[in-house]
Amino acid sequence: MRYAMVIDTKKCVGCSDCVVACQNENRVPIGYCRDWVIEHAKGAFPNVSIELRSERCNHCENSPCVRCCPTGASHYEEGGLVMVDRGACIGCGACVQSCPYNARFSHPEGYVDKCSFCNHRLKEGKSPSCVSVCPTNCMYFGDLNDSESQVSQLLKNRDWKVLAPEVGTKPQVYYLI
Amino acid sequence: MSKSRREFIKISALSFGGLVMANPILNAMIGQVQAGEPIDASKIKPVPTYCEVCFWKCAGWVHTDEKGELWKIEGNEDDPHCKGRFCPRGTGGLGMYNDEDRLKSPLMRVEVNGKQTFKEVSWDKAFRFIADKMNQISEEHGPESLALFKHGSGGAHFGKLFKAFGSRNITAPSYAQCRGPREVGFHATFGANINSPEPVDLENTKCLVLIGNHIGENMHNSHVQEMSKAIDNGLEIITVDPRLSTAASKSVHWLPIKPATDIALLLAWMHVLVTEKLYDKAYIDQYAYGFEDLEAHIADKTPEWAEEITTIKADVIRETARKMAYHAPATLIHPGRHVTWYGDDTQRLRAMAMLNALLGSWGRKGGFYFPEKAKVPSFPHPAYPSASWTWKDYLDGKYALAGSSIANVFVDASHPDNKTDKKIKGWFVVGTNLISTIPDTKKTLEAIDNLDLFVVVDTMPMEITGYADIILPECTYLERYDDIRVSPNREPNIAVRIPAAKPKYLTKPSDWIVRKLAEKLKLSAHFNYKSYSEVLDWQLKQMGFSLAEMKERGIIKFDRKNANLYLEEGEEYEFGTPTGMIELYSTDLEMEGFDPLPNYTPHPEPPAGFFRLNYGRAPMHTFGRTANNPNLNELMNENKLWVNPKIAKKAGIVNGQEIWLENQDGVKSEFPIKVRVTERIGMDNVYMVHGFGKSNKKLKRSNGRGISDSQLVTNVMVDPVMGGTGMRGNFVKFVIDKPEREVIS
Ligand code: SF4
Ligand code: SF4
Ligand code: SF4
Repeated sequence: MRYAMVIDTKKCVGCSDCVVACQNENRVPIGYCRDWVIEHAKGAFPNVSIELRSERCNHCENSPCVRCCPTGASHYEEGGLVMVDRGACIGCGACVQSCPYNARFSHPEGYVDKCSFCNHRLKEGKSPSCVSVCPTNCMYFGDLNDSESQVSQLLKNRDWKVLAPEVGTKPQVYYLI
Repeated sequence: MSKSRREFIKISALSFGGLVMANPILNAMIGQVQAGEPIDASKIKPVPTYCEVCFWKCAGWVHTDEKGELWKIEGNEDDPHCKGRFCPRGTGGLGMYNDEDRLKSPLMRVEVNGKQTFKEVSWDKAFRFIADKMNQISEEHGPESLALFKHGSGGAHFGKLFKAFGSRNITAPSYAQCRGPREVGFHATFGANINSPEPVDLENTKCLVLIGNHIGENMHNSHVQEMSKAIDNGLEIITVDPRLSTAASKSVHWLPIKPATDIALLLAWMHVLVTEKLYDKAYIDQYAYGFEDLEAHIADKTPEWAEEITTIKADVIRETARKMAYHAPATLIHPGRHVTWYGDDTQRLRAMAMLNALLGSWGRKGGFYFPEKAKVPSFPHPAYPSASWTWKDYLDGKYALAGSSIANVFVDASHPDNKTDKKIKGWFVVGTNLISTIPDTKKTLEAIDNLDLFVVVDTMPMEITGYADIILPECTYLERYDDIRVSPNREPNIAVRIPAAKPKYLTKPSDWIVRKLAEKLKLSAHFNYKSYSEVLDWQLKQMGFSLAEMKERGIIKFDRKNANLYLEEGEEYEFGTPTGMIELYSTDLEMEGFDPLPNYTPHPEPPAGFFRLNYGRAPMHTFGRTANNPNLNELMNENKLWVNPKIAKKAGIVNGQEIWLENQDGVKSEFPIKVRVTERIGMDNVYMVHGFGKSNKKLKRSNGRGISDSQLVTNVMVDPVMGGTGMRGNFVKFVIDKPEREVIS
């Protein structure tokens, strides 16, 4: 099992539904977020193009946040999920600093929080909240070890990229371009 | 406004003291959305509802947690409006319930030490006051002199009260300030209205043409979803927009047109289709009336002619027309929604309808389908008294083609300048902030000043509440029953709204407000039930279901009566026009003395140093109603002014700088707006999202954040065909230094 998220930037309209749904689902306090939306514009009027994409923790295969965590609160789980054990987290913030994607935040209750790929929903056989709410259906979630899965097929048939591949973290959120 | 009898009262000056603080529900509210572990899903009992954040009315489920507090809201899988997925505004709809700035108690305008202020009053006192005034107006002028402005579900209940009282003067700004020209333009052509949701067969469309239509920025939920599905199937989009909208960024062709020249482009497109014989000849031969007239009319409307006007290259006009023809009839010229721009809007929408006709897309797969609607019996009530006059009589034959009432005409009929004997003396405004929905606020305020009674019903202290005699706090859609949702769609369907929580504070649902007021007016016979659930249960039982069953299902779909979604090959069909055919040449328009074929007329250009003010939508907000919603405000808490980098450089303004705007009539924005320097917009216009710059301080999160485009729309071009208010002919210049504020008292 290797969980991955595939996001089609050709369909995303930047509506931020993924952000609100995650905030509700995971009770992220107002003022914080586990996922967010980026607009990237290129060119000059009228030859302009934009890319819209929803970002979150990449559940990196080689994650500096797990490596630098002094208590082991940040750890890997089944399917390659990168998780934070709230009880063990002392809120030192080392992982927040180490993440090249700025995916983590210090929760007002004293621990560090970030996207969990909604593992509580995965256990019930549901998709992550952001994936299941997206009105453009531009997000896909599944197992990359299964070559027949939708995510594997999309990566096989479409052009894609990951964010900041040069830092060597091996992100598991893929963007179709 | 300085001599106003009805002074604007900043609700911030009020104390919500006694009554509300004593209410235990308030205390329960504090600390409601607590962060923490996700909830154990096994304990959740979802309640069906349909969304009220926008008019799309998606059906969904409200989930509460084990403490009985609202947790999240999700789409209903069976609902064709949302297909199981709410849009961001719907997902954030709980913020309406949680917003601590909500109206909490009935408020009455009183004078204390010579100063007008609002005072909390009991519901009973409010009802006695309103009923007395209504009776007074009725005695002096007749019941017709009371008018209702409404938007949303609550308005329906008040509509019944008005009819029972004897007035048919009921209106909604969603017609003359939004979609009216499209209804008239399409009706004149196809003999059918577009209505809501639009019967566009987007999921099967191969070529989508968007003209000033921003799917993706407007979150018309099922349409956004269908467009996305069509993109997966290779949809080609052609977008006409002076700005690189989100939809434009997904388009094969983006035509950054010079604003206000769309009709020229539409005529040239028709010219190409006709002269190159690319139109659907069999379809036109069988169904259309006036093809030869059209042919003659557009003979000289060449792409070269249009290039001069629109700045769109002639070869691009040809190429895009050919692309439309290539995919026809699965080519859709989307009718759009907010189409009141330049005053000749019915004609522009006519041209769009005609282009659809030439492509054969009406009644065709990938174009427009034939919708069907379920029939819900009305709950028995005594016959309504007849009204001796309505807004139509006031208009005396003007705007005869308007299929619905024209909100701005109601303002005229209430204004001191109305010298006819048909006067409006009392207003109920339910769920619509007229200050930002009807342009020419000055006139609206003069009309308000001339009223004997002004009641506002809302959930939030919107600007309009500040002018009311009485404010009635409605509870949100999450706290009430409402009418069964019936809407035209591919499959007829009904959906219900069941309260997921008790009304907070002293707020009440509209059906209760109306019933209690009816008691005072001795109209109880019209509202013969104790709870609205009785009405729903009765209606559902007539249809073979029950409210209990609907609580489990949320929505029910029915089989179609007419199995065909589209015209069959060569099918005989009678259109609802006077000729029974698709009217390329409109006999209706001719009869009323208007151009039977659309013409391009030049519109004024911005003077030197000014830019055309364009406004639009952001996907996470709607109608200015959501700016204060805690969840949605977090995603976007102000609007910004889009400015082309070259313009910004010339004006010496930089990204993020706060500036003020002044329009052609010298009206200055009340607040500053931050500049957003972007290549996504051209040199002749600036753009902002509608619905910000709230002036009421009681709206804590949104007060003074960004600016209100409506304040700057003082030039209104009225559509002579249907009375719509064109709002895109306003020009603004940048004001760098903070202007002196005129004191508004
Ligand atoms: S919900 Fe979907 S379309 Fe909207 S911003 Fe997120 S990923 Fe994009
Ligand atoms: S995105 Fe950041 S927080 Fe997530 S796994 Fe990678 S390094 Fe860690
Ligand atoms: S997977 Fe879950 S936690 Fe992660 S961004 Fe999506 S909704 Fe939020």
